[in-house]
Amino acid sequence: MQKDFRLEWRQRAALNGMLLYVGSTVFVCYLSFALRGGQLPAPAWNALFWIILLFTAVNAAAKGFLQESRGRLLYYYTLVRPQAVILAKIAYNAVLLLGLALVGFALYAVVLGNPVQDVPLFVGNVGLGAVGFATTLTLVSGIASKATNSSTLMAVLGFPIMIPMLLLLIKVSKNALDGLEFEASSGSLLTLLALNLIVTAVSYLLFPFLWRG
Amino acid sequence: MSLKRNWWKVLAIVLVLYTVVAGLLVPVPRLDIVNESIRNLYFHVPMWFGMTIILTTSVYYSIRYLRTPTARLDTLAHESAKTGIVMGMLGLATGSMWARYTWGAWWTSDPRLNGAAIAMLIYGAYIVLRSSFTDEQQRARISAVYNIFAFAAAIPLLFVLPRLTDSLHPGAGGNPGFSNYDLDSNMRMVFYPAVIGWTLIGFWITQVSSRLEFLKQKMYEKQLA
Repeated sequence: MQKDFRLEWRQRAALNGMLLYVGSTVFVCYLSFALRGGQLPAPAWNALFWIILLFTAVNAAAKGFLQESRGRLLYYYTLVRPQAVILAKIAYNAVLLLGLALVGFALYAVVLGNPVQDVPLFVGNVGLGAVGFATTLTLVSGIASKATNSSTLMAVLGFPIMIPMLLLLIKVSKNALDGLEFEASSGSLLTLLALNLIVTAVSYLLFPFLWRG
Repeated sequence: MSLKRNWWKVLAIVLVLYTVVAGLLVPVPRLDIVNESIRNLYFHVPMWFGMTIILTTSVYYSIRYLRTPTARLDTLAHESAKTGIVMGMLGLATGSMWARYTWGAWWTSDPRLNGAAIAMLIYGAYIVLRSSFTDEQQRARISAVYNIFAFAAAIPLLFVLPRLTDSLHPGAGGNPGFSNYDLDSNMRMVFYPAVIGWTLIGFWITQVSSRLEFLKQKMYEKQLA
């Protein structure tokens, strides 16, 4: 398991590319809104932030399986159990997306202003969101990598599953923006946590079947 | 066609006929705004019940497929999902028409409506996924994996989310919901048979289309031989 994680870590060539991807997306948003002049209203700020994160996540997680060559997958197959592979992939994607999300948030706050009133809650929510995206998208990218035209499929398969999660995330981060007390969002946070656990468990159970092909 | 094995088809016909006749003729409680459109309860709500049950059946077949991979189970899962999509579409259509005359808009941003749309998107993705494989066994296995995964990840939330937020939809956010109609035993007499009847019709459609698919597969194998 640890070895697998290191294997993942070794091929982080995509990392710099992804960082630049977040940076340039944020910058494009900044430029296009700067034309209008003035501060973005809070709901728009929130929505734009999550859309950026969503697309970053899809792009980053898609790399997970699409980049693997057939030979290397066979090599893993002889080396470790499939459960270890999926857990390692999820962990790697979670760490990757967590880093990307935090960097994205920092950049975003710098150029577009930071109207967040409850920063710890917001960051915690972003963390939960990044982990949630990672768990969901890891299996989806595994599925998509088996099919033809996989890059389109990645978005088609992933988005509908992520919408409920995204709605919860946007709700909580709106609460954090408005500085509501913690009780207002604790229920949604618990639901998100439970959802992450469910998705991880289901991925763990289903991946061996996907792997066999 | 023995009655012993096909009694449920007869039941389905009887119940749906009863729903259509009684649903349009039996008196309903007079409520503000909703008025006569309350009769949509007999057609719209059973669609969602039927859809949920049939999609659950589809997931059940997918799980069984992963345990024992046979073409039969895959076809059953696929056809159930297709029937579920049809029922979902009808549910959306009936709901949309109802909303036009009671809320004044075809579509509003409501958690339940959005949830229904998401469910349709997921199963649309399932169909697209199926069409992008050339190898049949791979297609069957991977779409089974997606079917189970999507169901586990999204469907429970579609039932939880509307209860967390306020909603225009009857039965949520303090709007007159089903519990208010519960008092009216006339409506209950039509509603429960309607749910059972439409669900059975859904199963029947699935059975017929699966049989058609089995026949096609047999024809194909014969041509190859």
